[in-house]
Amino acid sequence: MPESRLAGFRTLLYKEVLRFWKVGFQTVLAPVINAMLFLLIFSHVLDRHVTGYGEVAYTAFLVPGLVMMSLLQNAFANSSSSLIQSKITGNIIFVLLPPLSYREFYAAYVIASMLRGLFVGAGVLLVSIPFVDLSLAAPGWALAFALMGSAILASLGVIAGIWADKFDQLAGFQNFLIMPLTMLSGVFYSLHSLPQLWQDVSHANPFFFMIDGFRYGFFGQSDVSPWLSLGVVSVCLMLLAALTLAMLARGYKLRA
Amino acid sequence: MSLPAIRIASVTKRYGSVQALAGVDLEVDRGEFFGLLGPNGAGKTTLISSLSGLVRADSGTLEVMGHDVVSDYRNARRKLGVVPQELVFDPFFTVRELLRIQSGYFGIRHNDDWIDEILASLDLTAKASANMRMLSGGMKRRVLVAQALVHRPPVIVLDEPTAGVDVELRQGLWQFIRKLNRDGHTIVLTTHYLEEAEALCGRIAMLKAGRVVALDTTDNLLQRFATHSLRVRLDRPEIAGRLGATLAEGGWAEFALDTYDEVEPTLARLREAGGRIVEMQLGEADLERVFVEVMHHA
Repeated sequence: MPESRLAGFRTLLYKEVLRFWKVGFQTVLAPVINAMLFLLIFSHVLDRHVTGYGEVAYTAFLVPGLVMMSLLQNAFANSSSSLIQSKITGNIIFVLLPPLSYREFYAAYVIASMLRGLFVGAGVLLVSIPFVDLSLAAPGWALAFALMGSAILASLGVIAGIWADKFDQLAGFQNFLIMPLTMLSGVFYSLHSLPQLWQDVSHANPFFFMIDGFRYGFFGQSDVSPWLSLGVVSVCLMLLAALTLAMLARGYKLRA
Repeated sequence: MSLPAIRIASVTKRYGSVQALAGVDLEVDRGEFFGLLGPNGAGKTTLISSLSGLVRADSGTLEVMGHDVVSDYRNARRKLGVVPQELVFDPFFTVRELLRIQSGYFGIRHNDDWIDEILASLDLTAKASANMRMLSGGMKRRVLVAQALVHRPPVIVLDEPTAGVDVELRQGLWQFIRKLNRDGHTIVLTTHYLEEAEALCGRIAMLKAGRVVALDTTDNLLQRFATHSLRVRLDRPEIAGRLGATLAEGGWAEFALDTYDEVEPTLARLREAGGRIVEMQLGEADLERVFVEVMHHA
C-alpha cells in the first residue's frame, strides 16, 4: 500500500478532470460549437464593414476574442459547477474527510478548471482555422494570458461555488458578473471603436486586459500595452488567489 | 499505557443561538465498540463532524489515535474512517472508480487488492463496474462503508448507518462491522436503534443538549438505571395502584424490580391484597428504558 505525499492532490486533480471529460459533449464540445456560431454570424455580418486595429480583418480580429471568451467562461463554469454540485448533493465530504490541505484543494480545482478552459479555447482555435488567416506573432504572450486568465476565472469559480448555496445564486454570479464583464471586454470590438467614456469604463474591466493581452499574442498589436495588461492581470490573479486561499483556510461554508 | 483511540476534551460548538456542544469530555479506548446515543439535536453528528474535521469546534481539543484533528489533521484523518449519515454519492463514477479515487485522496495508490477484499466483504463485487446512480439505496449505503475503509483506518465512525436499511442488509452490515472490531478496529456508532447499540456496544455515552449525561459500560447502564419489571393485569386494577405499581392502558399495572428475586414477594403482596391475576408478563432491562430514564432526569 504505497503512499505518496502529493498523491492526494494528484487524485483530486485527476477526479476533477475525469468529471468534465466524462461529459465532454456538454463541457467541451458544446462551448466550441457556441463559439463557432458566434464566429459564423458575426463574421458574415461584419467582416466587410469592420476591421480591427485598422487593417486586421474582422473575422481574424474576432477569433482570439472568442477563444479567450470561451476559455474564461469554461474555466469559471468548471470549478463553480463542480463545487456547488458537490455541496448540494453532499458528496463534498469525500474531499473534506481525507488529509488534503486547503492549498492542494485550491490547486486541484483551479488546475482542472484551467485545463477545461484551455481545452475549449484550443478547440475554438482549431475549428476557426479553416475560416480565417491567423498567425501567432507572439505566442508566449498568448500562452501567458491564456494561463493567467483561466487561473483567474477558475479561482472566481471556486469562490462562487463555495459562496453560493443554490444554483440560482451561482447563475446570478455567472449572468450578472461573469457574462457582462466578458461580453464588454472587447471580445467583439476594438476599444478604440468606442466613445471615450466607454473606453475609460472598459479600463476598469480586468477581462478587457486578459483579452487585449491575448490578442497581442496573435497580432503583435493591441489596444493597450501588453505589459500594462500583464501587470493588471497578474495583480488580479494574486488578489483572487489570496482571497480564495483565505476562504479555504478558514473553511468558509465548507467546514462549518 | 497506549493513547486512547479518541480523546475529546472540553469541546464546545455554537451555531448562532444554539449550543450544539456544551463542553464534551470523552475518551474511547482502542479496540472498543462504543455507542454514542442521544435524541435528535443532541449533538452527536456535530461531535462526529468535529472529530472528522467537517466542523471546527469553538474550543476544546479532539484527538484521533493521539493526533490532534486541527494541528495534526493529516495524521488524524488518516486514522479515521467516517460513514456519513446522509446517503451521498458522486454520480459521475463507478463503484471501483470511486474507491480508487478515495484511496488516492489518502495518498494510497495501487489499492485494488484491498478494494477487492472490501467489495467482496460487502457483497459488492458484482457492482464494481456499475455507476453509482444505478445502485439501490442499500448498495449505496454499503459503498459508503467501503469508502470509509479504503485507507484501512484503525478508528471507524458510523453515523446512523442503518437508518432506512432493510433487515437483511442490517444484519450483514453488523456482521462485517463486528469482524472489523474483532480484527482490532475501534468502532464508534451512533444509532436510533437502541437494541442495536445494546447488542453491539461495550460502552455507551448518552448526549443531551450538547452534554454527556451518561457514560458507562452497557452492562452497568442496564443495571444502574433499568429495572426488571413485572406487568400484571388484575381483576381489580386499583389494588396494584395501592401497592405502588404504575398503571398503564388496558388495565395493566407495572411493578419495577431490581432483580427477579422480587417477583415472588410482589405476587404475594398482590394475593394478600385480594387481587386475582388475569395476565402476567416479565420485562427484562433494556437500553430503551435506560435511555428514556436518563433523558428524563438529565
